[in-house]
Amino acid sequence: MRWLLIKDLQILRRSPLLVALLVLYPIVLAVLIGFAISRGPDKPAVAFLNQVPESANTISLGGEEVDASQYADTLFQSVDPVRVASREEAVQKVEDGDVLGALIIPPDITQKLQSGTGSATIEVLYNADDPAKRRFVEDTINSQVQKANAALTRRFSEVAVGYLDLISTGGQFSFLGQTIDILGLERAEALLADAREELPESSPARAQIDQVIEFARLARENLGLSDEVLASVGAPIRVDATVIEGGPTSLSSFAVAIAVTVSLMFVTLLLAAGTLALEREENAFRRLVRGLISRTALLAEKVALAAGCSLMVALLMLVGLALFVDLEWARFPLWLVALGAGALAFAAMGVAIGAVTREVRAASLLAFMVSLPIAFLALVPSGAVSGGMYGLIQVISRLFPFKATLDALNVALNDSGTMLVPLLNLAALVVAFGLIGRLALRRFA
Amino acid sequence: MDSSTVATPAASTAAAEPVLEARDLVKRYGDREALAGVSLAAARGERVAIIGPNGAGKTTLLSILAGIQRPDSGSVSRAPREVGWVPQQAALYGKLTVAENLRLFARLERRPDVEESVSRMLDQTDLRERANDQVATLSGGNRQRVNIAIGLLSAPAVLLLDEPSAALDPRQRERLWKFIGVLAAEGTTVVFSTHNVQEAERYAQQLVVLADGERLFGGSPRDLEGVVGASELDFESAFVAFLRQRGH
Repeated sequence: MRWLLIKDLQILRRSPLLVALLVLYPIVLAVLIGFAISRGPDKPAVAFLNQVPESANTISLGGEEVDASQYADTLFQSVDPVRVASREEAVQKVEDGDVLGALIIPPDITQKLQSGTGSATIEVLYNADDPAKRRFVEDTINSQVQKANAALTRRFSEVAVGYLDLISTGGQFSFLGQTIDILGLERAEALLADAREELPESSPARAQIDQVIEFARLARENLGLSDEVLASVGAPIRVDATVIEGGPTSLSSFAVAIAVTVSLMFVTLLLAAGTLALEREENAFRRLVRGLISRTALLAEKVALAAGCSLMVALLMLVGLALFVDLEWARFPLWLVALGAGALAFAAMGVAIGAVTREVRAASLLAFMVSLPIAFLALVPSGAVSGGMYGLIQVISRLFPFKATLDALNVALNDSGTMLVPLLNLAALVVAFGLIGRLALRRFA
Repeated sequence: MDSSTVATPAASTAAAEPVLEARDLVKRYGDREALAGVSLAAARGERVAIIGPNGAGKTTLLSILAGIQRPDSGSVSRAPREVGWVPQQAALYGKLTVAENLRLFARLERRPDVEESVSRMLDQTDLRERANDQVATLSGGNRQRVNIAIGLLSAPAVLLLDEPSAALDPRQRERLWKFIGVLAAEGTTVVFSTHNVQEAERYAQQLVVLADGERLFGGSPRDLEGVVGASELDFESAFVAFLRQRGH
């Protein structure tokens, strides 16, 4: 077996294109996947037409001047605004594909906001040619408009609370340049109490004044709760998140786990399937197994070769990614265990693929065809599909090494649970695929 | 090279002790019987040709003699490791050099002195000058010589060749048969299959004719002509007439 291993390494050394493809392709793929998952989408370009005159940007609320334009900044946190001069220009940019959508702020929006008699309306235009883009623009703008609404509501609430304070405790109020002194319930209650004391004991007005004093007291006490009530109106739903399952995995380290697992999968599968198929393509297989080496030893040699090479590639990749993503080096032994177990399982699957095919190209094609859907299935999150479908996906994912390797590597990188279950899963897959490969060699030899 | 340059047979079929003997070999693929009780015996240094139409069972018989397939019944006197086998298509690693291929198989054959075995085969097959060339760069003839050299690495008493001249041009074929003649003269028993009945007539001392898995004939080319009883026919015509006589 040692000599076959050396022979395979010699052949690999003399196939620089193959080695480059085996190493570079998964790495490029992995880096792309890593970026896609960890960075999220860029800000979409959105045409922005603000028809509100600069002088009308300010809303007067209860004597306070509120600059409405600052709430547009909330929107620009998630979009890249392309300022346009007219509605026609905005439409043209959407049609030309220069922007994903257009946002038009009508000239009367501040008046409507100030009047409080109805909702102010902004106009959104988008190109619906691409449903995914449409959904993305809709979600982004809706989400940001919600944030702007919430911010404005908070501001309105603050002004309303100020009014209620004025009613409750009294004070100065400015209106149309004039300052008005507001008595307030608290002082009114005191004045009434003083007036009551000056009435004769038998005066029937005393009972009436008592009623008014009681009303003022109750009103003042209840208005004292108004700030809390209005605060809850401004943010009726708050989020209190608790993690029930899964660990403290950051998105970036999860992306690393995915990227490395994808690379490990491709390198191992292609090497194991390809080198075994090569024995048959070169017609050497029958010469080898007529007493020179057993079929089982031949499979073991291919598993060792593929797992060893891919383990090195995956470790190098992990070390490289660790330069950019914060990974715990103290957990390096666990990285080795997870990657080693995954590499063995992928290699066993690879030799099973190599055993049922007669040539390297067919083996490589089959490896791609099988592995890609398995990887995609394993990445389907719970809740994205119905419960029954998710259960089925979980079962299918457990029949192939991708999911278990990803879980094991995730634990190794992030301390997010136990590694025992995925390792047992991988061990079972090594045995199962090894048996399939052995039977296939017997059947197809 | 013509038949006169082929070395004299070291033994005759009838007289010598067989170094390879197969008895009543039966092999079935599903309902189809690829071999139906075929027997064969070859003496030391004898050249035996297995001939027959397509699907006769030639490759199956050689595969069983080589130990690649197991017969459903019947027996072979020699273990696979004692028999050299040269498949029809060169079983070599194209990315390795001639010497590396020989060295690899010498190690897998557990030869006591690997380098000596490699050197001997390079000399025997006249490939020393190409020893460091990658096999993928060799001509079909040279590739076949490496293929045969690997079959001979363990210095087997019996060499099995499956259609050894099929992909060779006439010049390469001549060199091949000369080489096989020398081997036989040195005592190696050579059993080969071929479609080319004229090659069988020229280079074999014993013919085994198979058709539909049955052994129809075993004997010398002259014996076959005698069975047909038409001395004016050339050997190929006599062979075809023989098959017709037997309903094939």
